[in-house]
Amino acid sequence: MRRIGIDVGGTNTDAVLLEDGHVVHAVKTPTTPDVTAGIVTALAELAGHPDVARAAIDGVVIGTTHFVNAVVQRRDLARVAAVRIGLPASASLPPFCDWPEELAHSVRGEVFMLEGGHDYDGRPIVPFDEAGMRRAARRICASGIRSVAVAAIFSPLDPDCEERARAILAEEVPEAAVTLSRDLGRIGLLERENAALLNAALVDLARATVAGFTRAIAASGIAAPLYLTQNDGTVMAADSAAALPVMSFASGATNSMRGAAFLSGLADAMVIDVGGTSTDVGQLRRGFPREANSVVEVGGVRTLFRMPDLLSIALGGGSVVERHPLAVGPKSVGYRLTREALVFGGDILTATDAAVAAGVAEIGNTRAVAGLPRDLARAVLEETRAKIEDAVDRMKTEAGDLPLIAVGGAAFLVPYRVAGISQVIRVPHGDCANAVGAAIAQVSGETDQVYRDLPRSEAIALAEAQANERAVAAGADRASLATVDVEDMPLAYLPGNALRVRVRVAGEMAAPAQDQPETSPATL
Amino acid sequence: MRELALDDIEALAVGAWILGTGGGGSSYLGLLNMRRLYAEGHRVELMSPLDLGDEDWVAVVSNMGAPLIGQERLADSRNIARAVEIQEALLGEKFRAVMSLEIGGGNGIQPLMAAAHLGLPVADADTMGRAYPEAQMTSVAVGDLRPYPCVLYDPRGIEAVVTKVPSWKWMERVSRKICVEMGSIASTCKAPRTGHEVKEWGIHFTVTKAIGIGHRVREAQRRHDDPIAAILDEGKGKLLFRGKVVDVARRATEGYLRGRAAIDGLDEDRGSRLEIAFQNEWVVAWRDGVPLAMSPDLICVLDTVSGEAFGTETIGYGRRVSVVALPAPPVFLTHKGLEHVGPRAFGYDLDFRSVFDGSA
Repeated sequence: MRRIGIDVGGTNTDAVLLEDGHVVHAVKTPTTPDVTAGIVTALAELAGHPDVARAAIDGVVIGTTHFVNAVVQRRDLARVAAVRIGLPASASLPPFCDWPEELAHSVRGEVFMLEGGHDYDGRPIVPFDEAGMRRAARRICASGIRSVAVAAIFSPLDPDCEERARAILAEEVPEAAVTLSRDLGRIGLLERENAALLNAALVDLARATVAGFTRAIAASGIAAPLYLTQNDGTVMAADSAAALPVMSFASGATNSMRGAAFLSGLADAMVIDVGGTSTDVGQLRRGFPREANSVVEVGGVRTLFRMPDLLSIALGGGSVVERHPLAVGPKSVGYRLTREALVFGGDILTATDAAVAAGVAEIGNTRAVAGLPRDLARAVLEETRAKIEDAVDRMKTEAGDLPLIAVGGAAFLVPYRVAGISQVIRVPHGDCANAVGAAIAQVSGETDQVYRDLPRSEAIALAEAQANERAVAAGADRASLATVDVEDMPLAYLPGNALRVRVRVAGEMAAPAQDQPETSPATL
Repeated sequence: MRELALDDIEALAVGAWILGTGGGGSSYLGLLNMRRLYAEGHRVELMSPLDLGDEDWVAVVSNMGAPLIGQERLADSRNIARAVEIQEALLGEKFRAVMSLEIGGGNGIQPLMAAAHLGLPVADADTMGRAYPEAQMTSVAVGDLRPYPCVLYDPRGIEAVVTKVPSWKWMERVSRKICVEMGSIASTCKAPRTGHEVKEWGIHFTVTKAIGIGHRVREAQRRHDDPIAAILDEGKGKLLFRGKVVDVARRATEGYLRGRAAIDGLDEDRGSRLEIAFQNEWVVAWRDGVPLAMSPDLICVLDTVSGEAFGTETIGYGRRVSVVALPAPPVFLTHKGLEHVGPRAFGYDLDFRSVFDGSA
């Protein structure tokens, strides 16, 4: 298997070629405002290496923060028609009700609220108002809006209403892009609907971006399918990713942790990614980042995305050192490190300069920091150690000691001994761990449902079977599927031993020709 | 009588969640409703329970059901208002005010939603001073007040009344069955209370207490002060333990979420372990196997950094928590009160001992 992984970060675009589990070559280029130009440059550099050109590439996997940045910066967002199915319930809290007003103002097109939806036990709340749906579809057609988000009450349990809505929209507005909330998972109507609305606002940008990626790869002479990585460290084929851009919101941090797991060969460990401006700390469980368990706000909108549970602190190689009193960060010279740090001929004392002066790193002109007092350099490293130890301890949930994998461009700031850590592990190509994480990404499937009157083991088995089907439908090789995450929660006040089960499975990408999904008896 | 500002209601949402002692459901959806109602020009007034006339009638409201269902069906302010209207029609008298069955969690905001639509004030009182899982765990049940009639409303147009039951426990059983048929969520208006009853048996000024705690937490967050210290000060509470959650075991039994959370100590509590049993709400805490705090004292598990509460449904591994006790309403400290909500009412063979005994 030969695969190229690309991570498009805020500062750098990293690319690696991975062959049968080994990094053949890695390159780092500056990210360009037009994201694709940086990718073209990185691929051209990669293609220049003799080992890269030698044989065919099986796939190109890209991780990007482009879509989440569009939401945060409020740019390139499409106007959306919202369809809520659930009246007479939920009426007083319509779609967009908890959005920041200025964002709602630019995204909110038409809002429709229709009768329908389901109860937790699968009974319809009331029959779905299909005639009303058809009237709504005709109004959407007349309004010129071409992106629609549909959310029905308890659609993760029974997607019927949302699917009927999509069928009617297909008849009345065939050119519309339709996002169903059930495709974005999880129980919690407002948060799921918010995810669908954000997704609908991004589909134009996603289509254009994925088309740009495809052109960049073609321009580099690589004939291989394109995948995008998702928040959970697994991939989606480019055409699916173009329809579900919100699924790749947090892929940068996730890829870096997955890359750390791969490069170190460890599945259970803490990971610290020290960049130029900030440091992310997370925990790997069975090779995947532990997920945040709570509501995640994106650009001020509450959602329930599958996001890694990360602690970010303002510490990095570019962190500015203040002497009186001693402070490291939060200010950073960021991408100007190579001009403004002492070791690069600048006049700003950074954490990198202190590390060079203390002899833990050899970067730039080491003589530029020869005059720096040794005590000061040591005090800076002591301060970074304290910050790192605190962050690691906050994120560590096990009582025993765990290994810590140090990656990122400024991993040299991580001391050799950290409290609560059995061993600090540094790996070759750790500075491109994010691109490596993209290259090794697997395919996943997830389900989140309520089961009644079933023993716990049977409910979980049913959920696993459904998650497996979803993974295979997304392009996973069935034989390689393994369960990554199981969470079950008994539901208070529900009769019949109701159990909510969430299961996530992941496996290797199937070779396209071997992909023959079986029909599932387990689909509920 | 004073008009509540939206900022008071934002604070109420935070304070009510803390007084929920792990249960009662999130107050977020209720808060969203109130933001919209205030934006439309509605206002809610808070009235002292002591200003009620003996012959006045007070509507006691709550949203009944599983919090998870609420996350899908959402809270609609008009439903709780409709439940009050149905009760008023049965009673044949006008209500003077609306009050909460339980101040803890999402039900702390329910009476405000009804009040906004009906133009009634909210009485500054409730019947739990916190959140509890069952109908007989209230001050009015301790006072042996009449448990019926109870109105349950579903927005499909289902209106149900439990007209008569022999006891609060029967009210719990029968109304729960109706609630389940309605989709395990219902807007309810409990047995109407007279002003005299509220003055004698209501737990007074709990809305003001929740708002006060909420304001202090929000202020501490803004100033980057210690919100836990602010809660202890405002709620006259006691810090029990600081630590990190290392294990949570949950199981559903007889319609309740039961289980235990284990917390390993940090700072001064390093080397100790706190275990807290829950039945929807936190019930009993043991420090290294020795009972430390128990219902009816309020046991609150709070985020050490933000001061916000953790629910028994949402708490997870690795959370940094401060466990705090707040004093129980005096009505629950009597012999009769402890029969309803003491540790034995939850199946723990322990004599109640307050963490506030001998602390002066």
